[in-house]
Amino acid sequence: MSIRHSLLALLQDQPRYGYQLRVEFETRTGATWPLNIGQVYTTLDRLERDGLVAREGDDGGGHVVYSITAEGAAEVQGWFAAPVERSNPPRNELAIKLALAVTLPGVDVQAIIQAQRVASIRALQDYTKARRDTAANQRTADTAWLLVLDSLIFQTEAEVRWLDLCEARMVQQAQSAGQSAARKTSNGVTEDAAPLNADNRR
Amino acid sequence: MSVRGPQQVLELARVSRTFGEGATAVAALRDVDLTIAAGEFVAVMGPSGSGKSSLLALAGGLDRPTSGGVFVESTPLAGLGLNELARLRRRAVGYVFQDFNLVPTLTAAENVALPLELDGTAARKAGRQALDALRQVGIPELADRFMDQMSGGQQQRVAIARAIVGQRRLILADEPTGALDSTTGHGVMEVLRCRADAGAAVMLVTHEARHAAWADRVVFLRDGRIVDQAAAMHDPTFLLTQAGL
Repeated sequence: MSIRHSLLALLQDQPRYGYQLRVEFETRTGATWPLNIGQVYTTLDRLERDGLVAREGDDGGGHVVYSITAEGAAEVQGWFAAPVERSNPPRNELAIKLALAVTLPGVDVQAIIQAQRVASIRALQDYTKARRDTAANQRTADTAWLLVLDSLIFQTEAEVRWLDLCEARMVQQAQSAGQSAARKTSNGVTEDAAPLNADNRR
Repeated sequence: MSVRGPQQVLELARVSRTFGEGATAVAALRDVDLTIAAGEFVAVMGPSGSGKSSLLALAGGLDRPTSGGVFVESTPLAGLGLNELARLRRRAVGYVFQDFNLVPTLTAAENVALPLELDGTAARKAGRQALDALRQVGIPELADRFMDQMSGGQQQRVAIARAIVGQRRLILADEPTGALDSTTGHGVMEVLRCRADAGAAVMLVTHEARHAAWADRVVFLRDGRIVDQAAAMHDPTFLLTQAGL
């Protein structure tokens, strides 16, 4: 998430001081990504150093108000115009966990998948509930929050679908492993189909 | 022996269903315990062949278990004759099937009124209730259309109106969003959710996580057994931590 660009975009709207920026950011994103006020000030310092914002002075209440410079406005324009860069591929703890689980002996991959599925569905239930509640008493300011919720819903749904796929693949693999093991058994005794844990691939 | 409170609309007690016999017997459901209370929306998920549709058929008395008991509002379905079972289905249970099961030679309103009329409700009263159900699913203006004059999404709404017409206490839906685009699917979930909020017990079979997430409780079936359940927590701090930051 680019805090830098988000703050710049908010300053393009109108000059603001640090605390206002934080409140504005959290309101527009439904407090999905809480901002640390220290983070806001550090970012403002850097933006000022880079000539993208300038101090306008005190608002009379002891707050330092910042405004965007022409260079800052160009930076915001560039940010909106360019697609979001994918850090090559984004680090995904779940994918890493499963990739390691399938390659290590003694790990019950199916149990990992199911535990994650329950957790993901639970999150999806909460997002869906939040979306219904928000849509039911919609104010204009909630549109941004609805979009963020939709994004979370789609991401989580994709995660569950991917888990389903992982599981189906594991079942297929276990079945074909079971079949080839059965073919190799020369004395005619058929082995049980391989259960879904990595022990059977040793 | 479990206690069945008045709020319990559906109870499946150690229900098993086996198809075939001997070596070729296939166990579709094994010792399933599941209860759904009034006002509760339960989604059933699981891979194909896990027993989802068998569960729904047993819950609505369309099929009988090999062993175990099915109770709808404390009435054991095993004790009912075919006629009594049919009457219970018409009065208390609403179904939404994957393929709609609508009568093409009837209008939308006539399709919706059909279960009421079969049950002896006067035509005018049934018609009024049908219109009310069509209003709840958002298509009162299509009441006089025939099925071939409606889109798939509209037909599905008619099927849902038929399932909720009158005061159905148990609504059973089998992949009701199968053929629908995502906006229409969303509308279907809204209707089911509203019925549950109004006090009906709702059971939805689906493979779509996005739809299952509308439920209060998600039950996971695998090889005919319930292997897990997820209940919504509705905890705002959970929402924040799950958002990734």
